[in-house]
Amino acid sequence: MDFPTFLIQLLNSVQYGLLLFMLAAGLTLIFGIMGVVNLAHGSFYMLGAYLAWSIGAATGSLTVAIFIGVALSVLFGLALEWLLFRHFYHRDHLDQVLLTFGLIYIFEEMRSILWGDDVHGVPVPELLGASIQLTHNLSYPVYRLFMSGVCIVLALGLYWLISKTRLGMKIRAGAFNRDMTEALGINIKLIHAIVFALGVALAAVAGMIAAPVSSVYPNMGSQVLIMCFVVVVIGGIGSVRGALISALLVGLVDTFGKVLLPSVSGMLIYILMAAVLLWKPEGLFKQ
Amino acid sequence: MSTRRLVLTRSAAVIGAASTGLLLPEIARAQSNKVRVGFMLPYTGTFAQLGINIENGFRMAIDEKGGKLGGREIEWFKVDDEAEPSKGIENATKLVQRDKVDVVIGTVHSGVQMGLHKIARDTGVLNINPNAGVHAATRALCAPNVFRTSFSNSQPTRALGAAMVAKGHKKAVWITWKYAAGDEAFEGFKEGYLAAGGTIVKELGLPFPNVEFQALLTEIASLNPDAVACFFAGGGAAKFMRDYAAAGLKGKIPLYGSGFLTEGVIDAAGGAAEGVYTTLHYSDSLDTPKNNAFRNSFATKFKAMPDVYAVQGYDAGQLLMLGANAVKGDLSNKKALYAAMEGVTIDSPRGKWKMSPSHNPIQDIYLRQVVGKENKVISVAAKQLADSGAGCKMA
Repeated sequence: MDFPTFLIQLLNSVQYGLLLFMLAAGLTLIFGIMGVVNLAHGSFYMLGAYLAWSIGAATGSLTVAIFIGVALSVLFGLALEWLLFRHFYHRDHLDQVLLTFGLIYIFEEMRSILWGDDVHGVPVPELLGASIQLTHNLSYPVYRLFMSGVCIVLALGLYWLISKTRLGMKIRAGAFNRDMTEALGINIKLIHAIVFALGVALAAVAGMIAAPVSSVYPNMGSQVLIMCFVVVVIGGIGSVRGALISALLVGLVDTFGKVLLPSVSGMLIYILMAAVLLWKPEGLFKQ
Repeated sequence: MSTRRLVLTRSAAVIGAASTGLLLPEIARAQSNKVRVGFMLPYTGTFAQLGINIENGFRMAIDEKGGKLGGREIEWFKVDDEAEPSKGIENATKLVQRDKVDVVIGTVHSGVQMGLHKIARDTGVLNINPNAGVHAATRALCAPNVFRTSFSNSQPTRALGAAMVAKGHKKAVWITWKYAAGDEAFEGFKEGYLAAGGTIVKELGLPFPNVEFQALLTEIASLNPDAVACFFAGGGAAKFMRDYAAAGLKGKIPLYGSGFLTEGVIDAAGGAAEGVYTTLHYSDSLDTPKNNAFRNSFATKFKAMPDVYAVQGYDAGQLLMLGANAVKGDLSNKKALYAAMEGVTIDSPRGKWKMSPSHNPIQDIYLRQVVGKENKVISVAAKQLADSGAGCKMA
């Protein structure tokens, strides 16, 4: 591998890592604050992608689709929290796993009824359709750089929200000691509903942003779910900062593994996970 | 013994006999007069559309010839196999043991097929496989009662190499998902490409169904081969072609693939599929009287356009029909039935084909190019190509 190729592969790893972070952030947030293991997280990613496709086709604009899609997924998250998840915060993790595993099937069937089982493509917005020529035969799509930009903005936004705002303070307080926070007059139920909707919206945004490069197809959620869990487990369950570091690490190992050690590339990230867990059983950044 | 007790015991005996079928000669005969045909196909999940198209194609073949098999009425049975390998044996058992079907039509997914295959071998029930291309079914584990009307996994890619070399592309990179179907497709490609005088520069792969191709595309660009050959299908195929184009490789390094790369995903791939060369045993755009007639009547009947899966289902229907007619509907005469099925020539929308000794189609493989949203047939890439059937010993 020559030096320019090495740099391009490095860019690939960072770009993949950032996308993984955006996917995993919602999952780790919901677990960290409410203690809910949410296997249906991948379905929210799929929901976002399908919303981007269907609204995008109806309105002709991905930007409009993303704004409507975010609003819809927040509403969807709030409704889901109110109907189901708030009754499971105090239940055993196994009950939560059962609930969210069932939800995967329900969402897949709903997707099949609403949108069918076909594969769909989402056009890249014209403004971002260009490519940058890197070597004589390889160019880099501007849209991929845009995706990374969105991920960085979201990561900074999350950091600001949780550590710099009043709402963030309440969220952290609620995660630390729920009863005491409630006793101080803070509406913890509302906080939980907001965090849950935020988690759903993050996954849906990831799905919407990724739709033009990943295309839209049945079961797309279950594929990303495993990667999400790997990232969250390596990073330390519930830690947003851990998720960022671990997503970048996984992106790096996966990208270079595919090129340098193709025969074991499928195993490498799991070997990484096992190694991290041996060294730090709670993940890199324990909450 | 009092009269009352006698009545009771006798009734019990009658009920017992009835439940074992001793006292139901009429009904029993009526049932045996009908041929019991069971579909074991995916009707839910990712492959649902494939299952539906196969069943529709199959029924169409039978209905066109009067809806009977060798003069006998048909009773249909159906099991949704969900394309779930862990339930393959259980679902096949339902059809064979519970429904007592004479023939199982199935299935799509190769993993599920292996479950069905085991039941077919154990019970001797006739199995017509309308899709799953797994090698073992018509190679090492082939069986007299198992027939395939689709392709073997290495058949479409076996024809790719000669077409590539003919266009002057002698150094190629191969890329696929690392799983059974991908490995078997590679086996076909390697055989054909090396025989035609090509060199495989590098074999790239990623775990199924991972779709993060960027790193491998960068690797392809730095290797700079004459051409790239691949095996992908479904959503992953659409994404691969989009990424390939977005990385600027399209137009610089020609892309070839097994025909499944462009089946049903040309729209999803957008302009990225344009110009891609693939090899397959069928194309929607095949301009022959048989195919045009088939496409018209399928579209009229089911209000949807047929695809390669509908063709494979249609041919499964034709195969069973010709076999059953040859034995006048007596499917229990297995020896004669199988001999007839081995000997028939199927007049398929894909062109005429015959069964190989290991029960896989000997068929033309077409070279196709995506031109304006359809797979345009360029030429016949391999005439009457047979799978090797390596290791097949019919019992």
